[in-house]
Formats: sequence, C-alpha cells, structure tokens
Amino acid sequence: MVDTNHDMDTAGIHTAPMLLNMGPSHPAMHGTVRMVLTLDGETVIKCDAEIGYLHRGFEKECEHSTWTQVFPYTDRLNYVSPLLNNFGFALAVEKLLEIEATPRCNYIRTIMGEVARLSDHLTCMGAGSLELGGFSGFLYAIEARELVWDLIEEVTGARLTVSYGRIGGLKNDLTADFAERWKVVRERVLRIWEDINRLLTKNRIFLDRMEGTGVISQADAISYGLTGPMLRSTGVDYDIRKDKPYFAYGELDFDVPVGTRGDNYDRYLVRLEEIRQSIRIIDQALLKLPDGPVNCDDPRVVLPEKERVYNSIEGMINHFKLVFEGIQVPAGEIYSYTEGGNGELGYYIVSNGTGKPWKVSIRSPSFYNMCPISKFVEGGMVADIIPTFDTINMIGGEIDR
Amino acid sequence: MSAEDIKRLGRKFRKEIIDTSDRLGMDTALVTKESLVEVLTYLRDDEKLQYNMLRHLTCVDYLHREPRFEVVYALYSVSRRQQVVIKAPVTEDDPVIDSIHHLYGCANWAEREVWDMYGIRFKGHPDLRRILLYEEFEGHPLRKDYEKQASQPRVELLRAERDAFEEFKTYHLGEPAEGSRV
Repeated sequence: MVDTNHDMDTAGIHTAPMLLNMGPSHPAMHGTVRMVLTLDGETVIKCDAEIGYLHRGFEKECEHSTWTQVFPYTDRLNYVSPLLNNFGFALAVEKLLEIEATPRCNYIRTIMGEVARLSDHLTCMGAGSLELGGFSGFLYAIEARELVWDLIEEVTGARLTVSYGRIGGLKNDLTADFAERWKVVRERVLRIWEDINRLLTKNRIFLDRMEGTGVISQADAISYGLTGPMLRSTGVDYDIRKDKPYFAYGELDFDVPVGTRGDNYDRYLVRLEEIRQSIRIIDQALLKLPDGPVNCDDPRVVLPEKERVYNSIEGMINHFKLVFEGIQVPAGEIYSYTEGGNGELGYYIVSNGTGKPWKVSIRSPSFYNMCPISKFVEGGMVADIIPTFDTINMIGGEIDR
Repeated sequence: MSAEDIKRLGRKFRKEIIDTSDRLGMDTALVTKESLVEVLTYLRDDEKLQYNMLRHLTCVDYLHREPRFEVVYALYSVSRRQQVVIKAPVTEDDPVIDSIHHLYGCANWAEREVWDMYGIRFKGHPDLRRILLYEEFEGHPLRKDYEKQASQPRVELLRAERDAFEEFKTYHLGEPAEGSRV
C-alpha cells in the first residue's frame, strides 16, 4: 500500500492532491469503466474503479429463458471470444444432465475454442500496442484477427455473436474445407506473429512502458483469484486445460507458458506464447479429428433431424416440446469451469428440474482480474495505468454482465 | 481427495456442518453461517488443505424455502489442485453473514455484488456499496420476487457528487462536497 500522507509542501510550493476521472468514456478504457484517481503530481495515490456501465441483467434474463435460449446471451459476455463462452455453458449443462458430447464434438469444440482464444489474445496485444503509441502493431494484430474471424464466420455463419454451441453438441459440423483454410490462415497468422514479435518484444519504448509496471506478487494474485495469463505471469502454472482436462485437451500436447515477475511485460509474453500453443493445439486436433456425429444421440436434448420433424408425428412432437418447453434438466447444481480467454470462466448453475434455469451465475475472469486494480496502479504513474489496464484485458460485457 | 477433505472437515466441525454432498462430483459442505469464517480459515490455513483461492462467491435464492438464501463459496487449492464448495444458509428475516474479505482479496468485490443483487449484508465488509447498479436503485434484482420488468423510480439528478469524489473532497481537501452525505 502506498503512503497517502504525502508531504505536499515540497520546497515551499504548496501543492494539493488532485482528482482525475478516467472514463467511463475514454479511449483507453475499453468497454466502459470509470476510474476515479487521486493524484499527487503524476503519481496515483488512490484508485477507485466503478464498473457496471454495461450491466444488462444477464443472469435475470437467463432465469426467464429456456436452457437453449441462454446461448445468445453468453455470446455477449466476452464478445471477443464468444465461442469459449458457448462451450463453457454447454459443458456445464451437460454435466447437470449427465450426458457426454461425442468425440468429434469434443474435438471441434477444442479447435474452435482455440481459434477464439487466438482472436482474444491478438486483440489484447494489438490494442495494447496501439495504446502505447505503436499503431502498426495494432494493424498487424487486427489483420491476423480478421483472418481468424473469417474462419469463424465460415463455420458458424457469424463473426461476433456466433451462438455456435448447443447442449449436447453443436449448431453444425465444421465446413468440408476447414482444414485447408486453416492451413492458409495458420501460415499468415504465424507470419504476422513474427512481425509483432519483432516489432514489440525488444522495442525500447515498449519495454520501458511494460517492464516493471502493474506488478503483483504471487500470493496476492492467488488471494485475489486472478486466473489465466494474469496468474501465469506470476509463475503459477494454473491452467484448467491441464489441471482438469475437458473436451479433447487431455489427448493433446501443449505447454503452459509461465512468467516470473508478474508485470505487464510478462503478461504480454505469456499471451504471445499462448498464441503459438493454441496454433499447436489446433494442428494436432485437426490431425486427430475423429469421424462420427457432432450431436449426441439423446432425444431429450438434441433436436431431431428435419426429415423426421416433417414426416413423422413423433419427430414433430419431440421438436415442439424441445423448443417450447425447453430441455428438461434434472434438479441439481454444479459449478463448471473452463479456461476462457482471460482466465477461468465458471458457470454456477442451479436447476429445479424444469425447462428454465433457476439460476445461472457467471464467474467471469475479468471481474476477478479487475478486483485488485487499486493494488496494480496505486503508487505508480498515471501513464502506467494504460499498459496495466490493457494486459488485464477487461472486457466490458463480461465484467458487467 | 477433496471428498476426504470434506470428511476431515466433518470430523473437525461436527456441530457446525449441517450436510455434505458429492453429487455430480462436486464435493460440498453446508455449514452454519456463524461458523463460516472459522471453517474457511481452517480450509485456507491448514497445511494439508491449503484452499488458498476463492474461485467464486455467489448466492442462490430459493424462494418459498426456509432458509431462503444460500451463499456459495467455491474454493480451490492451487497447489493441490482440488476444489470444495462451501454453502451457508441465510434466512430472509436476517440476511446478514460475516464478510471474508480478510481471507480472500477478491471477496471484496464479490460480496459487493451479492449485496447488490440479493441484498445479503456482509458484516465487517469495509466498503459495502452497490457495484453494478446505482445507489438509488430500489430492491435487489436477482431476488426471485423482483419482477423482471419492474420499473425503477426516476432518479432526481443529484446536485451532490457521490462515492469517491465525495470522499476525496472530505478527506483530502478537508471540506465536504456540496450536499454530501458524509
């Protein structure tokens, strides 16, 4: 903690602390968040973050929708990697239903999830470069993200709000030429990765701004529930994909990069390396991709084929009941967690045995990552808030729900 | 392993533990709200347990059930890679539970959110303000008896500043802000 009783009377000049409002509409406060800073010169002596400007009542809406209708809402949590939110929710409900997705579905979820993670990390790094004055870094990263989003659009039909996950399966299979397209995208993304790496990693200005700023100790990081690249940058190799493998992660080989100092630069390096690891995971998963159906064979959960709906009364009733009454999830509760773009994305869901959730609570990584914001910035300079806020990678939709 | 931890907890706190469950692989203990801090401190500090991370803190409103609320704590041990869930029942008449912000840093914001959404007060919390909604909001929207389409009264634009600005004026400049509540 910093000493707030600063000696304001240095060399006979009378100075007083100043109050500065950063946000809620400020170019560097991506999303909308307000930071009320008390400054002594350029040093931050107190920081109070005010969130909630993007609150849309996600949880209340979920309680009034059927289980399947929740998917479009999850798209709007972390809108940079909506696929991961979709799959996380699907996994949670599947656990309550005690069903398992098919092997092919698990592999596709792994592949598309990692594609979404690429988009998340590229956006974070690009925006970080932009805010520190490196406009070209931003353009490179956004070019790579566009390539990734083209891929997502090809498979899901949408760029941002994909709604691709379904309980017990997926909206549709991968497109036939996905592997080929991935090959092209992969080469270009790797080339851009090299460019970004050369442009930023040893850049003097970038280093000066990132190194040693926004530091958090390992003990604090754990106590504040930081996860994802934030926690890994302090040297804890906590990655749910490794610790408790879900989908196909247990069958694939990848490394979990960790940092040592827990500062902005380490968080940048962790993300940089994770991009390469994600590419590695997708490559392996595409090679191992098993054949078979993407939806599990369970008429309680998965919509019947259109052929059956139009030509048989049983199929029609099945379809009607699933759409109007929703999937009947047995009563119970579960805390299910996956590795999101910024850390642990958890769903605590409670069912009372009807077609609508009794409660859907989200453990959004951004919320917990933002919580120690005052610890990050107090005692530092105003300018350090910019890189720190960027590597926290707060996503408004996720933190405010 | 986390199932054994729950058993261990049961042996240590015989009277305080109301119920345990391992349904769907989620090891859960329901403890009385008076013993909550003691139980969590034990789980965090014991050499063999080391539940040093609070994964999630939320509340469930079981309307028409007594006790009505359940505050849920999902704990994780980073070193042992184990999870336990601790739940504490809270009644509608007395929606107060002890704060655990001194045990886990992230409980500060998480408890503010539960207060905001469910109206559970956390005794000993240093700064129990609403976090997602505004101060003038009436009611707690995630309670089941709060209508989804309920409208809120029009808020008169205050002539006074609030929160951090007010505090700044009072403590740093020594003069309260106009219309200050402090």
